[in-house]
Amino acid sequence: MSEKHKQPLFGLAAEFDSDHAVLEAALQVHAAGYRRTDAFSPHPVEGLSEAIGFERTGMGLIVGLGGLFGAVGGYFMLWFANVIHYRWNIGGRPPHSWPAFIPITFELGVLFAASAAVIGMLALNKLPMPYHPMFNLPNFSLASRDKFFILIESSDPQFDVEKTRAFLEGLKPLSVMEVPA
Amino acid sequence: MTDTSINLAGAVDYPVLTPGHTYASVTDKISDVVLRRPPGRLWWFGVVLSVGLSTLLLVAVSYLIVVGVGVWGIDIPVAWGFAIVNFVWWIGIGHAGTFISAMLLLMRQDWRTSINRFAEAMTLFAVACAGMFPFLHLGRPWRFWYILPYPNVMLLWPQFRSPLVWDVFAVGTYFTVSLIFWYVGMLPDLATMRDKTTNRLIKLTYGIMAMGWRGSARHWQRYHSAYLLLGGLAAPLVVSVHSVVAMDFAAGIVPGWHTTIFPPYFVAGAIFSGFAMVLTLGIPMRWAFGLQDFITIRHIDNCAKLLLVTGLIVFYGYASELFMGWYSGDVYESYINLDRAFGPYAWSWWTIMFCNVVTPQFLWIRRIRQSVPMMFLIAAIIQIGMWTERFVIVITSLHRDFVPSSWGMYYPTFWDYATLAGTIGFFLLCFLLFAKLLPVISISEMRELVHSTGGGRHQSESFSPSYVK
Repeated sequence: MSEKHKQPLFGLAAEFDSDHAVLEAALQVHAAGYRRTDAFSPHPVEGLSEAIGFERTGMGLIVGLGGLFGAVGGYFMLWFANVIHYRWNIGGRPPHSWPAFIPITFELGVLFAASAAVIGMLALNKLPMPYHPMFNLPNFSLASRDKFFILIESSDPQFDVEKTRAFLEGLKPLSVMEVPA
Repeated sequence: MTDTSINLAGAVDYPVLTPGHTYASVTDKISDVVLRRPPGRLWWFGVVLSVGLSTLLLVAVSYLIVVGVGVWGIDIPVAWGFAIVNFVWWIGIGHAGTFISAMLLLMRQDWRTSINRFAEAMTLFAVACAGMFPFLHLGRPWRFWYILPYPNVMLLWPQFRSPLVWDVFAVGTYFTVSLIFWYVGMLPDLATMRDKTTNRLIKLTYGIMAMGWRGSARHWQRYHSAYLLLGGLAAPLVVSVHSVVAMDFAAGIVPGWHTTIFPPYFVAGAIFSGFAMVLTLGIPMRWAFGLQDFITIRHIDNCAKLLLVTGLIVFYGYASELFMGWYSGDVYESYINLDRAFGPYAWSWWTIMFCNVVTPQFLWIRRIRQSVPMMFLIAAIIQIGMWTERFVIVITSLHRDFVPSSWGMYYPTFWDYATLAGTIGFFLLCFLLFAKLLPVISISEMRELVHSTGGGRHQSESFSPSYVK
C-alpha cells in the first residue's frame, strides 16, 4: 500500500465541477463501502453530508443545554440575590417577585444558548485548525469558489492506492489527486 | 430564468439576482470589492469626514469626563436629554440587521441573502454607538461595572427589578449574539478571501480569521444547524431588546410614558428606522461598488414595503397615545398630548407627523418604491423623523409633568450636538472600513442563491437552499 510511495499519503481526492456531480459521486463512494471519506464544497450542498454517511449534528442538544443552563442559572442568580443574599424591601413587594425576573432570565438563556451554538459548532468541527492535508492540493483554493472535492482517506480499511484511484476515475471527475500527509 | 417578468398586475417583477451569474462570477465580483478594486474618491472623502467627526466625539467625550454631565443641556426636570434620545435612536437602527438575518431567514425570504451581511454590520456599529450613551450618561462612567452582577466586598447586587438593569442584559446579549451571528455567517467567506488573495500578509490575516475553514460536508452540516438555531434565538431577541428599552419608559409614571402600547410601538419604530438606515447605506454602496446585480430594485422595493408596514404600526402607536390621552380622562395624559402638539416643542411633534406619518404614505405608489433617488430621500426623511420621535418622547414628557411649578425647558448645548454628530461619524467610519476589509455580501449564500435560481450548472426543482430545509 503506502510503502510503495516515498511520501506517506493522506488520501486520494477527486475534483468535480458541479453540485450534482459531487453528490452523485459521494453516493457511489459510500455505496462502494468507503467510510473514512469527506466532501468539500464552496457552499452547502443539500444531501451531501448524508451521502457520505453523516446523519446527526448534535447541535440541537448542545444549544438546548446551553439555553437551559443560562436560563436556570440566571433565574437562580436573581432569586439568590433578592431572596437570600441581599433581601431588599421595595415598596413592600415580595422578595421573590418572579415577573420582574423574566426578562433577565430570558436574555441569559438566549446568551448561553447562542454561545453554546457557536462554541459547540467550532468544537465538533475541530476548528480552529490552521493546517489540514487538503490544503496541500494546488487546486484546493477553488473549493471556496466553484469546485467540489471528494476525499477518501488512506486510513480507510478498503483503501488501496491503485484500486481506489481507478474507482475514483470511474466517477468521471475533472482530476484525481494524491493528498500528501 | 428570464431577466424580468410581467406579473398579473402588469408590473415588472425584478429578480433578486440578475440572471447569468455563476458560482465563480459572484465569488469574484464580491471579493474583488475588497481585494482588487481600489478605494474610490468617494470612499476617501467619507473616511476623512468620518475621522474628523470621530475626533470631535473624542474631544466631546473627554470634555464630558473631565467636567461632568453638566456640559450637556440636561437639568431638572429634563434629566434625560440627547443621551437617551440618541441611545434609543441608535439601538432602533440596530434592529434591522438582526431582523433581516434572523426573521427573514426563518421566513425563507430569499431576498435577504444579498443584504444581510452589511445590515448585520450596521447593527453592530449602531449598537456600539448606542452603548456609549448610557455609559456617558452615568456621570461617573469609570464606575460602570456597578450595574453588573459581580462579587464585591460591599456585598451589593444590582436592582434586578429595574428595567434599566434589564436593559444592560438585553443590550449586552443583543450585541454579543449579533456579533457571533455575523462572525459565524462570515467564516466561509473569510476562507474564500484567504484562498483568493495572493498577498501573504493578507492571506495570513484572513486565514487566522477563517479558523481553517475548508468547506467539509460535515462542517457545513453542523454549521447550518448552528446558523439556523442562532437565527431562531436571535429572532425573539429583536423583539425583546426594544421592548425592554420601551419599558425603561413605560415603567415610569411620567405622563406620555406610562402606556402599554410602548413595547410593540417601539419595536415597530426600531424596524422602521433600521430599514431606513439599510437603504441609506445600501443605495450608495451598491452604486459605489457596482453591486446592482446583487442588490436589485427588488430589494429596494421590499425594504420600502416593510417601511410602509412598520410606518403604519408607528402611526397606530401615535394614534393610540392620542386616544388614550383623551379616553383615560387623566388630566396629565391629555395635557401632555396638547403640549406636544401646541406647546413650546410643537415643531418636533409636527416634524414627526410629516416624516413618519405623511411621508411613508408615498410608499403606496410602486413607481416611488422602485425609484432609487426617491427611496434614498424618503429613507433620510424617516431617519430624521425617528430621531425626532425619540426627542418628543424623552423631552416633552419630562419638561412638563404634574406640578406646573416644576416645569422647565431643555436647551441642548454644543456638546450635545457634538456627541450626536461624533457618533454618526464613528458609525460611518466603522462602516466604511468594513466595506473595504470584509465581503459586504455573503458570498457562500449568494452561491446558494445562484444554485436555487438555476444559475448553477443544473436547474434545481424548486427554491430550497439547504439552510431552510
